[in-house]
Amino acid sequence: MGMSFRPAVTAAPLARLIEAFHRLPGIGPKSAQRLAYYVLRAPREEAEQLALALLEVKDRTRLCSRCQNITDVDPCSVCADPERDGTIVCVVEEPLDILAVERAAAHQGLYHVLHGAISPMDGVGPEQLKIAELVIRLEQDGVRELILATNPNLEGEATAGYLTRLLGPKGVRVTRLAHGLPVGADVEYADERTLREALEHRVTISADPERGAAAGDATPDQAADGGAGAPVAASEDGPS
Amino acid sequence: MPPPRLVRTEALVLRQRPLGDADKICVLLTPGQGRLEAVAKGVRRPGSRLAGHVEPLSRTMLQLARTRSLAIVQQAQGLESFGQVHDDVERVSRGLYIAELVERSTEPEVEMGPLYDLVLGALRQLELGGAPDLVVRYFELQFLDEQGYRPELDQCVRCRSPLEPEGNAYAPSLGGVLGPDCRAEAFSRPLSAPAFKLLRYMMRSSYAEVARVRFDASVANEIEEHLRGAVEHALDQEVRTAGFIDSVRRAGSPTGGSNR
Repeated sequence: MGMSFRPAVTAAPLARLIEAFHRLPGIGPKSAQRLAYYVLRAPREEAEQLALALLEVKDRTRLCSRCQNITDVDPCSVCADPERDGTIVCVVEEPLDILAVERAAAHQGLYHVLHGAISPMDGVGPEQLKIAELVIRLEQDGVRELILATNPNLEGEATAGYLTRLLGPKGVRVTRLAHGLPVGADVEYADERTLREALEHRVTISADPERGAAAGDATPDQAADGGAGAPVAASEDGPS
Repeated sequence: MPPPRLVRTEALVLRQRPLGDADKICVLLTPGQGRLEAVAKGVRRPGSRLAGHVEPLSRTMLQLARTRSLAIVQQAQGLESFGQVHDDVERVSRGLYIAELVERSTEPEVEMGPLYDLVLGALRQLELGGAPDLVVRYFELQFLDEQGYRPELDQCVRCRSPLEPEGNAYAPSLGGVLGPDCRAEAFSRPLSAPAFKLLRYMMRSSYAEVARVRFDASVANEIEEHLRGAVEHALDQEVRTAGFIDSVRRAGSPTGGSNR
C-alpha cells in the first residue's frame, strides 16, 4: 500500500494526507487526491471538525456491554430504551445491519451484534464472534426469542446453523429471517434455491371462502410457525 | 488493449471474498482449467441477479470474460445448489472442509484431473444424506491418492514386510502404516485392528460399499485423527475448517458446548 510523491511535486503534509485517505476502503488514488485537496482548500474550522471527529470516534466509542453495538454510553440507547421489548433479540452480523433493520421499522426488540460471520478459511470461527456474550444474555436477561438476521449467504447460514445448534436446546425460540425474492427482482433470474424457499414459505393472499382461510393468512406450513410474516423457524425441530 | 476472451465453463464455487463495496471474488474449481478466480460484480446488493448462482458450495455454468487481470463473471446459471448441504451446519462444515482442502492443494489454472469429479461426488453424497463424517473420510482417502500421498496400507513403510491387522501404528510423515516391529517411531500413533481393516476396505471400495459398513464411534474417531494428520502432512499446513467441525460437534453435544 502507499503512494510515493516526489517532494518537489507534492508537499509532504499533503502527500501524507493523500496516503491516509488512500488507505480507507473504497478510496482509490484519484479520490484520495480529491479529498485531500478539498480539505486543503476548506476553511480551517471544517478541517478541525474532521480531525476532532476522527479522534472522538477512537477515544469515545466502545462496545455496549449488552448488545455489543458501538456506542458512546453503556448500555447503548437501544438497550436502555424502556419502550423496547427485551425478550426478543435480533442477532446481526455487523453494526450497520442494525441501521438497516431499524429503517424497516418492524422490530421493537433489542439487538445483538456478532461482529462477523463464521468463515473458517478466513480464520473466523465461533470463538472470534460475540457468541459467548450472547449465551450470557440468554441466561441473564430472560430472552424468549432470538431472530437470526445473519446474511442469507453461506457464511451467514453457517453462523445461523451454529447458533441454532448451540442455543436451541437452551429453551429459547430461535427464528430466522424469511428467504425469498427481493422487491424489484425478476423471477426469471432467480436461482433455484431462492425460488424453492419462496415457494415453500409462500403467503396466502386469497383463499376459498368455504375453507375459511382469509386473505393474508399464512399457508398451512407457515401457520404452524406463527402465521404470515412471521420469521421462518430455525430450530432444528421446526420447518426451515 | 485486446478484447476480453470469453470462456464458458462449468464450475464448483469453493469460496468467495469481498471486493470493494458490492463485488466478490469467487474461487472456482473447473473441470478443464483447474482453480480459477473471477469477479462477480454487484453480488453483495440485494437485487443481484448473479448472487444466488455463484454461492459457495454450488455447481454453476459460467460465462467468464478473461482479461489480463482477474476474470469477470458475465453470466451464471446455477446447476446444483446443494440446498440440503447449505441448510445443515453439520453438512456445510464438511463441505467447507472439502473446499479448503481443494483450494490449499491446487495451483491457479492447473488442470487437476479427476479432482473435480471427486469434489462433486462428495458434495452430492452430502446432499443426498450420506453420513457427513464418512463422506469426508472417503473423500480424504481419494484426495490423498490423487495428490500422490496414497497411504501405504499393505507393507510396513519402514521394513516393507507385509502388514497384518494387529499391532500397527500410523505415521503420516512416512506415508502409511508401521508394522509391530517398527512402530516405536515417536511420530506414529497406534492403529487398532478395526481401524486398519476399515481403512483398507475404504481404499479399495466404492462409497456405496463403504456406506453399508457399520463401525463404532471410537473407530470413526481414530480414522479421523489419522487421516487429518495425513492431510495436514500432505498440505504441509493446518486445515482451519477442521476446528469449525469440532466446534459444531461441541455445540451439538448434550452439554451444549462452549465456544471459548
